[in-house]
Amino acid sequence: MTLTRRHLLAALPALGAAGLGVGFVRMLHGLNQGHFDPRAINTPLTGRPVPDFPALPPLSDTPSSPPGLTRGDFQNIKQPILLFIWASWCLPCVEEIPFIRHLATSLAIPQSSHTAPLALWGLCYKDHPTQAAHWLEQAGHPFTRLGMDREGQAAIDWGVTGVPETFLIMPDPQTGGRIVWHGTGSLTDTLYQAHIHPQLETVP
Amino acid sequence: MATLATIFCPEGGHFALALACALAFMQGILPLIGLRRAESPLITLARPLALSQCLALLFAWACLIIASLGDDFSLKLIAETSAINKPWAYKIAGLWGNHEGSLLLWVTLLSLWCAGLALLPAPTTARPEALPPRLRARILALLGLVGAGFSLFCLTASNPFLRLWPVPADGMGMNPLLQDPGLAVHPPLLYSGYVGFAVPFAFAISALLEGKADALWARYMRPWVISAWALLTLGITLGSWWSYSVLGWGGYWFWDPVENAALIPWLTGTALLHSVLVVEKRSLLQGWCLLLAIATFAFSLSGTFLVRSGILNSVHAFANDPARGLFILGLLGLYGGGSLLLFAIRAPALPSPQTGFSPLSREGALLLNNILLCTLCAVVLTGTLYPPFMQLLFGRTLSVGKPFFDATTIPLTLPLLAIMGVSVALPWRQARTDKLLPRLAPALLVTAGNILPAFWLFPTPLAAFSALLALWVISAALCDLILRLRSLPVGDRKLHHLPRSLWAASLAHIGVGVTILGLCGMAGSQERLIEARPGTHTTLTGRDWELTALTAHHGPNYEAVEAHLTIRHHNAHGPILATLTPEIRLFPQQGQRTLHVAILHRPLEDLYAALGSVKEEHDPQGQSHYTAILRLHENPLASWIWLGGIIMALGSGLHLLPARRRLLRMKRQVQA
Amino acid sequence: MKRLIFALLLLLFSIPACLAVDTPDEMLPDPALEQKAQQIGQQLRCLVCQNESIEESSAPLAKDLRHIVRLQLQQGRSPKDIEAWMVQRYGEFIRLRPSFSAVTALLWLMPILSLMVALLLVRRLWHRSASAPAPLTPEEHRILDSLLKKD
Repeated sequence: MTLTRRHLLAALPALGAAGLGVGFVRMLHGLNQGHFDPRAINTPLTGRPVPDFPALPPLSDTPSSPPGLTRGDFQNIKQPILLFIWASWCLPCVEEIPFIRHLATSLAIPQSSHTAPLALWGLCYKDHPTQAAHWLEQAGHPFTRLGMDREGQAAIDWGVTGVPETFLIMPDPQTGGRIVWHGTGSLTDTLYQAHIHPQLETVP
Repeated sequence: MATLATIFCPEGGHFALALACALAFMQGILPLIGLRRAESPLITLARPLALSQCLALLFAWACLIIASLGDDFSLKLIAETSAINKPWAYKIAGLWGNHEGSLLLWVTLLSLWCAGLALLPAPTTARPEALPPRLRARILALLGLVGAGFSLFCLTASNPFLRLWPVPADGMGMNPLLQDPGLAVHPPLLYSGYVGFAVPFAFAISALLEGKADALWARYMRPWVISAWALLTLGITLGSWWSYSVLGWGGYWFWDPVENAALIPWLTGTALLHSVLVVEKRSLLQGWCLLLAIATFAFSLSGTFLVRSGILNSVHAFANDPARGLFILGLLGLYGGGSLLLFAIRAPALPSPQTGFSPLSREGALLLNNILLCTLCAVVLTGTLYPPFMQLLFGRTLSVGKPFFDATTIPLTLPLLAIMGVSVALPWRQARTDKLLPRLAPALLVTAGNILPAFWLFPTPLAAFSALLALWVISAALCDLILRLRSLPVGDRKLHHLPRSLWAASLAHIGVGVTILGLCGMAGSQERLIEARPGTHTTLTGRDWELTALTAHHGPNYEAVEAHLTIRHHNAHGPILATLTPEIRLFPQQGQRTLHVAILHRPLEDLYAALGSVKEEHDPQGQSHYTAILRLHENPLASWIWLGGIIMALGSGLHLLPARRRLLRMKRQVQA
Repeated sequence: MKRLIFALLLLLFSIPACLAVDTPDEMLPDPALEQKAQQIGQQLRCLVCQNESIEESSAPLAKDLRHIVRLQLQQGRSPKDIEAWMVQRYGEFIRLRPSFSAVTALLWLMPILSLMVALLLVRRLWHRSASAPAPLTPEEHRILDSLLKKD
């Protein structure tokens, strides 16, 4: 049997279907393994400078409350910043509390020499001050800066699609802070060890 | 009653399903062995096996329905989707609104198609086009093989008869959005269409195995293509009607992956419907026709199952189960991939046609129609699969939505409409322009005469142009009917003396035109969002809409608030045109609410009102006032969209009625 | 009783539901500008709901984005600027109609590609008609027509 053009043409549909089939198998595999999510949104901020956003007021005017958050705060940072976007009304944020608490206490202990000290900042999304204060109480007041985004406008500038989300920002004198990692969903120890810890080791 | 419940118990149904699976395997294997060894007893087994498989599955359904009506929450399926206070009709309809039930429905419908094939009378001199027994046995065997795989899947990975322990006191209830009469009928219709394309698929495989796809083969296959196509058309029409009347914001087609999954086999099915004609009349395009038959069924399978695997980003995806996804992919690979492989091996050996095409002929036009339909299909398929593949291959996320599909499909549909009008006037083989022009002249005149009114009536030039093309399709089909009538002998010029196939084709084309006109009309829909207290008047396109009252009432498993609207002609003192009562229903069990829009269908427009929410406000005197948020629409020609779908489906169904010649012959036999 | 039901309903209405009717007060007073805003909104995907534009969704984020579209339109920004603003924050994902790029070239070129392949294949069929038997004579046409009519 000689291969003619007819043979090639007749084989094309089967080849196309095979290609699609392999793709589907890999997608299903990815779905099960958790590294393929058709609903994922990759926001484009990673690798870019911190976006401009409206200045956010602090939780309250009392001196014990951490200061608010502005774009300028990122200008002269000397250490990496982990920015949490959260709200007391969101269930995953409540689930995130123990980890944040643990992280804050471990950061308070003097660090080993090769890891850069990390600061935790917060952006509270569309929340009531009293409920937010309650959440902070439970989390052990982890943030050294906290901006209240009552209207949710600053969160949009950060490309936030839902709470909680986390950004890791590295000091960069030229651009005034550069985003190196962006996570959606609650931050867990596994995610922290996989994505954030390696980044901290690269800082001189 | 007690004995009935013991016979039709879930275990009985479970057993019946297992029996059906075994019968399907026998139906798939024994006749094929018989055909190979030329042993007629094995061949004749195909019919009784198909019938008993169908009976077993119907018995399984009876068991499931009785368990659901009797609120047997020890069945996992019923506990998860039903509840004591659910209306009884939805206790039945809710059974196919989930993965297990819909799969059982799929298998059962396939067995019903098999039973239909098995029950058809054998060919006689009066019915020469009936299937010869050997071909029928082969088709039944191939369908049995398809059924066997899916009933095995049903038994192992998606069993509707699984028990639950401990037995809950009440079920979790059904998604209220699905508690709608339209949605109760929609899946069976759509599925019958999907499953129906298994029959042409079996014809194609049979042709590949025998190495011959001739005109007679096409003639045998055509009624099955038409019936599956008609049911799929009805199913899609109903689905679109459901999203218009239930989802509550005036749209009718959202280019959701689930909708696309139904549209893709519809497009290839339509191409198949036309190419099978070319095979029948001219013995051309056999390979292409076989490929279309295989592709349509493969797309139907993917449409039914792949959408639910969680790969596609759809609102409708059922909870995804990895084992199920792989099983489905395996079945798809086996049936779709296997048959395409068979095609790759056997199709080149099919006799190659010696004659060619004249571009200006019926077959030329049908070929062009096939090209455009398949291009449309390629576009919809690419658009649907592009986001998951981009993410898989490049890790990029992107969206392909309505604006993309509108921009790409409309330019392809317009030439398709233009060809539809011309094709009905074209003869087979070779048309002569001097004869063609007079045939087309009346339709051309009608269309040309309506250019100005169209541009005046329709809101955008695109809508006007599309509407003109739709008019062109309708007038060309009508004109063809009239010309064919006039070509009959003088004493015989009755509409019902025209061939059924001509009626079917003309009505299907008219249906397409009517739907397109409806779509063009909807482009000019007007809507207004208002916040109103009882007594408020609003004007929309020269009519007065008054919110007269807000009331509350109880349903069987919901609470509801109704808004009473009165629509008057001209102004607040004009004569009353209609009253509409849109409502919001709240289902406490699910903590979910649904909108129930109120629609008044008029021949030329729909008046459509949706109640969004109700707010309570207190004035300084402590008196409370209710404010409703209402969305009011005036949708020109809206109901034409679905009317066209019904005309398409029922019109093409006419083709299945016995031909007039045979009726006459039968009459003569009775008289003799 | 009636008040009770209303109260119950109002309590539960806070459940976010997609596909709902929104309030009229977010609409712009100028109908032309509002229509323009809706046209922009229909091109942008709701990031919370599936396969819906922000105009159609009643998710809170979609509402905020709608508000931003209208705010920026009032500030005199062009639809192109507004879309770019959105893409800068949410990436290509937010466009329901992907922009033409190397990644989406296959998607956008699919109609033309598919038509071209089809025509290429058909050209061979047409070509074959050259060697087809001579066209029918008028006499043969007449016979064939009468035969076809009988059918």
